[in-house]
Amino acid sequence: MLSVTACVSMGTAAISLGQVWGILLHQIPGLNHWLPRPDWPASSEQILLKVRLPRVVLGILIGASLAVAGAGFQGVLRNPLADPYTLGVSSGASVGAAFIILFGLQYSIAGEWSVPLVAFATGMITLWLVVKLAQVQGKLRMETLILAGVVMQAFLGAAVSFMVSMTNQVVNDILFWLMGSLTMRGWSYSGILLPYLLVGLFVLLGCGRSLNLFTLGERQAAYLGVHVERTKLIVLGVSTLVTAAAVSVSGVIGFVGLIVPHLIRLMTGPDYRLLLPLSAIGGALYVVWADTLARMVLSPVEIPLGVVTAFLGAPFFAYLLYQHKKTIKG
Amino acid sequence: MIAVERVSKRFEQGDVLENVDFTVQTGEFFGIIGPNGSGKSTLLRLISGVEAPSEGTVRLRGREVRSYPRKQLARWLAVLQQDSLPPVGFTVREVVEMGRYPFQNWLGEEPEDPTGWIDSILSRLGLESLSGRGLDQLSGGERQRVALGQVMAQQPELLLLDEPTTYLDIGYQVQMMDYVRGWQRDTGLTVVAVLHDLNLAAQYCDRILVLHRGRMIRLGPPEEVICADLIESVYGTRPLVLAHPANAVPQILLMPGS
Repeated sequence: MLSVTACVSMGTAAISLGQVWGILLHQIPGLNHWLPRPDWPASSEQILLKVRLPRVVLGILIGASLAVAGAGFQGVLRNPLADPYTLGVSSGASVGAAFIILFGLQYSIAGEWSVPLVAFATGMITLWLVVKLAQVQGKLRMETLILAGVVMQAFLGAAVSFMVSMTNQVVNDILFWLMGSLTMRGWSYSGILLPYLLVGLFVLLGCGRSLNLFTLGERQAAYLGVHVERTKLIVLGVSTLVTAAAVSVSGVIGFVGLIVPHLIRLMTGPDYRLLLPLSAIGGALYVVWADTLARMVLSPVEIPLGVVTAFLGAPFFAYLLYQHKKTIKG
Repeated sequence: MIAVERVSKRFEQGDVLENVDFTVQTGEFFGIIGPNGSGKSTLLRLISGVEAPSEGTVRLRGREVRSYPRKQLARWLAVLQQDSLPPVGFTVREVVEMGRYPFQNWLGEEPEDPTGWIDSILSRLGLESLSGRGLDQLSGGERQRVALGQVMAQQPELLLLDEPTTYLDIGYQVQMMDYVRGWQRDTGLTVVAVLHDLNLAAQYCDRILVLHRGRMIRLGPPEEVICADLIESVYGTRPLVLAHPANAVPQILLMPGS
C-alpha cells in the first residue's frame, strides 16, 4: 500500500503524499464527512484517478502475473533460469497479440478476449517448440532449454518487427508496446487481466504440493503419487495463459518472472505453497517500482518499462548463470 | 503380489528385456542381480509402472499396473532409487513428510495426523538431530537415509529398491538392509530389490533372479544361484564361493587373475 501511494505521487506533475491519501480516502463512499474539505486542485485528482492509479494497479497485476508464471515454469521444468521471457513464451504470445492488434482483429474471434486467447495459443505453440527443440534423448537440459528459448525469441521478435514494418500505423506506439510499457492503459485493461491472474494463481496454488515434489525429480514425484504428465500440462498451460494475458496488455516485459521467485526463494525457502503467493506480491512491487523508475529517470520523457526490467534483470541472469557454472565445477 | 508375464522391452537401440516371466509372493524378499546393462533397472521400472512393456503384462494384485492411478498406487507401492533425492533446500522433516502426499487431499490434509508417525521414523533412522537441516547440507549417505525415511512414511505394502546401497559405506549398507528386513518382518512387506552386491543379495533375499542381456538365467534361493559356474558365465570372472561362517549363506570372494 505504501509503495502504491508513493509511486502514485511521483510523476511529471508532483502531487504530495498527503494529497494522494486525501484523494484516495475521498473515493471511499460514506467516509466523506469525516475528512477535511478537499484542498487540492481538481486536475490533481483527475491525473491521479484517471492516469496514475490505473497504471499502478495494472503494474501490480502485470508484475504478479509474470512472477507467478515464472515460478510455475521454474517449478515444473526444474530450471532456475526459466521465465516467460527466457523461454520465449512472452515473444510467442506477443506474435499472436501483435498480429491481432496490427490487423485490427481485436474483437473478431471472442470479443475482448480475442487478444489474450490468440496470444495464449501462440505462446503454447512456442513453448511446445522450445521444449521439442531442447530435448536431448528425452531429457531437458537446462542450458539447451534456455538456448532454444533464446533462439525462438530472436526469431519471433523478428517476426513481430516484420509485421510492424508492414503496417502504416504510427510505429512509435507499437514499438513502445513491443518493448513493454504500461503507458496509457485505462482501467479496462486491469479488468481483462485480473481474472486470468486470479484463476492462474488459484490453480497453481492447488498444484503447490505437487510442485514441491517435482523438486525431487520427475520420477521420484511419480513414485510419490504425482500424476506427472497431467501436472506438467496444467502448470505449463496456466503459466502460459497468465503470461499471454500480461503480454497482450503490456507487451514483453522481461526477467520479472526470473528475478522475483529467486529472491523470494532466498528469503522463504523452496516451498511453493508460500513461494507462489509471495512471488505475486514481490512481482507486483517490483514492476510498480520499475515503472515508476521508467517514468521518473528521464522525466518528462519515458523509458519503456521492458528496458528498465532488462537493465536490472540481465545482470541478475548473468549472476545466476555464473553461480550455476560454479556448482557444475563442484 | 506381483506377476510379470512374458514381458519384453525394446528401445530404439535394441532389446533390453526378452520374455521375462516370474511371480513374487506377498511378504517375500526378492532379489534381482545381473551385470551392468542386463536390464535390472528397466525391469524394476516396468514393475513400478512408470514405463510400459513392449510386450507382455505386469500385474500387481491381479490388476495391470499401468491401469492404477498414480496416486492410488503410491498408497501401497514405494520405490527407493540409488540416488533418489537431489540436494534441494527442503528440510529433512519436510522431505520425509512428502511421503504422505498420496494420502493427502488437495488441501494437504489427511484423516489422521501423521506427526507422531513422522517422529518415530526420524528417531528409528537416527535423523532427529538433522531434521531441521536442508537436504543441500547433507552428505550423499545421509540423503539416502532420508530417502528411506520418506519411503517409510508412505507405509507401503510393496517396496521396490533400485541399488539402494550404491553410494553408502559398508556400515550404512548393512544398516539400511537391516532396516528394510526388520521392517519387512514387522509388517509383512513385500520387497523387490535390484542389487549389484552379490553378497548382500545372498544375505537378505529369499529368492534371487539372475538377468543377463535381458534374459532370465536362473531363479531360485541363494544356495542355487550363487555358484561359481553361473557367476562365471554371467559376469565373466570365476569367484570362490564359500559358506558364511556364521549363517552358512553362500558368499563370494573375488579371484584376481594371475
